[in-house]
Amino acid sequence: MTPAELTSLAGGKGASPRHHILSVLVENKAGVLARVAGLFSRRGFNIYSLAVAPTDEDEHFSRITIVVDVESAPLEQVIMQLDKLINVVSIGELSPAEAVERELMLVTVAVGPTERSQVIQLVGVFGGEVVSVGADRVTVMLAGRPEKIDDFEGLLEHYTVVELQRTGRVALPKLDRH
Amino acid sequence: MKLTGAQALIKSLEMQGVDVMFGLPGGAILPVYDPIIDSSIRHILVRHEQGAGHMAEGYAMVTGKPGVAMVTSGPGATNIVTPLANAYMDSTPLIVVSGQVATGSIGTDAFQECDITGVTMGITKHNWLIKDVQDIPRVVAAAFHVATTGRPGPVLIDLPKDISNAPMEWYWPSSVGELDLPGYHPVTFGDPVLVGQAAELISAATRPVLYVGGGVLKARAADALRVLAERTGIPVVTTLMARGAFPDSHPQALGMPGMHGHYTAVTAMQQSDLLVSLGARFDDRVTGKISAFAPGAKIIHVDIDPAELGKVRVPDVGIAGDCRLVIEELLLALGDQPVLQDLAPWWRQIREWQERFPLHYADADGGAIKPQNVVEQLRDAASEDTIVVAGVGQHQMWASQYWNFEHPYTWVNSGGAGTMGFAVPAAIGAKVGRPERTVWAIDGDGCFQMTAQELVTASAEQIPVKIAILNNAYLGMVRQWQEMFYEERYSEVYLSPDLPDYVKWAEAMGCVGIRAETPEDVGPAIEKANSIDDRPVVVDFRTDAFEKVFPMVAAGSSNDDIVVHPDLHAGS
Repeated sequence: MTPAELTSLAGGKGASPRHHILSVLVENKAGVLARVAGLFSRRGFNIYSLAVAPTDEDEHFSRITIVVDVESAPLEQVIMQLDKLINVVSIGELSPAEAVERELMLVTVAVGPTERSQVIQLVGVFGGEVVSVGADRVTVMLAGRPEKIDDFEGLLEHYTVVELQRTGRVALPKLDRH
Repeated sequence: MKLTGAQALIKSLEMQGVDVMFGLPGGAILPVYDPIIDSSIRHILVRHEQGAGHMAEGYAMVTGKPGVAMVTSGPGATNIVTPLANAYMDSTPLIVVSGQVATGSIGTDAFQECDITGVTMGITKHNWLIKDVQDIPRVVAAAFHVATTGRPGPVLIDLPKDISNAPMEWYWPSSVGELDLPGYHPVTFGDPVLVGQAAELISAATRPVLYVGGGVLKARAADALRVLAERTGIPVVTTLMARGAFPDSHPQALGMPGMHGHYTAVTAMQQSDLLVSLGARFDDRVTGKISAFAPGAKIIHVDIDPAELGKVRVPDVGIAGDCRLVIEELLLALGDQPVLQDLAPWWRQIREWQERFPLHYADADGGAIKPQNVVEQLRDAASEDTIVVAGVGQHQMWASQYWNFEHPYTWVNSGGAGTMGFAVPAAIGAKVGRPERTVWAIDGDGCFQMTAQELVTASAEQIPVKIAILNNAYLGMVRQWQEMFYEERYSEVYLSPDLPDYVKWAEAMGCVGIRAETPEDVGPAIEKANSIDDRPVVVDFRTDAFEKVFPMVAAGSSNDDIVVHPDLHAGS
């Protein structure tokens, strides 16, 4: 992959090369998300997306994946301030080129008789799944790289999107092959 | 041993070595007030919860031990929000215990319910809402650990009433490992490689300045600083939070930098080629317009909080570490006889500035009392170990400028937050912490009116503080800005010199009240105040309302544009 392609990979909806991904391991305690979100708002750091879930079986810890706008503040400063939160255990910084990123989207599209098969076909091409079918609409699910979801979302512009929900990206470091 | 949660809380405070706490009871904290009767801890009953917080801060700032305050839920807790914010800005170790409604009622808008952990999230180093009675000893121990290590700061423990009443099996955590703080690892030693780089920068500098902030006091590093200063011969500026960290009488002391700093301190920093920042944070009141601040200076920034490095100004060498330890490492790196550049030309320049632009005010000349002169006379009549406490405004700047601070922990004020009304309760807390010392609060009339009721506490508890009100009948600093920047359009700043009657008010609160109306009254009033040591004293100094604080760097201006007293220009 060329550097230019790497740069474009980092792009996509709501994310551009100015963004970085922070993978923040936190104690799974009441109010931790509020502490993290409060810090970002208090210090004037912008968040593009944020995803959170428990990360170990005992649910002692959660991982928050934050896509940060590094235009709003230097990444170092965001990390240092986050690290001051007592409930933050560790922070991993992932540049888009070094990360595996995935996102999930659910979208409900209004469909007539002809459009129904078109949408279902499109979902198939993208490796998505039809998760609910109604009389005049379908709900489909697509998981994958955020830019793939951007592409799919772009193609849906030709149809009537009733509701659309994206999870925000989650990420882990790419593994070393050597 | 079975205890109630309330008993466990008080016992935990005793285990932490708490000897005094400041507070005011109410419904949700009631259970905890019962075991206080049987405790070795002295409880000081305040008249307003804000007073409890500032007293605990004053106590902490002079003793180095964390201050402890206790309040009830709802308004009791919100009344101590200002002290928490103040302690957060000035990195003061403060432990606040607040009552909370019973766990079953949380979220129902119960009587005197307030989400105080939510409210104080951004102004505490950390806070805890205790939901399991068995957690109390661990959380108290964790709270003290967090408040006093790393960059110190305030913490809050919110204790629901049913948890206070619940039974628990007593234990005490035996190590930090048991405190359940997996994400808390404060730094201590500086990286030796970076310390080496810092030593190289110091050796190469021809116009260096030691920029000393409050972190030096927090780290108990005044002695180490003095060795560093004397061994290198570098001039020293002490910020508003660091007054006393280096003796003002020392030939290398340039005084306070910043908006109302000494001309020489401000200008030496501006023209320096190396700023060695020790426990300071490039506050806007020090730097002025940041893009124009010390443009030719390389920066060594030592701070225990890694987030301070590069927050405002990117350092050439940023060292995360405890100031005392890093200074000691730096001394080792520099050696006993460090090889430095010749600083004589730099010192010649500095002496010239000092000569041309000393602190200055015009004599009273038969007119009203000059506030600066009150500070000078208070200073001249005081012993070196006197503790000086200030509120916020003109009086605070004059106190910092005209007092000579010779020892650490003799200056208590509200720096970062700029909390008016800080002085009276903070002075009371300081006197509780250092009962053998004289404590003078230098206050403004505006500040005094915000928290004066705590003098009732001082009288009742026999805490003989002394309060000097520099009464210019105005919110003086705001008046000064309106005069200078709003074409003398004075908006809502006049307070009146005799409403309230400060002498009568003092007497009503069990204090001795003294008034000084002319320059001739000042000396005798101070002498009388100093002769009283069995009750609080309030002296109402009727000062010149037109006096302004100089030097001054206007907000948002470059420090190059520092304005000195007009008399100094006339002479130059």
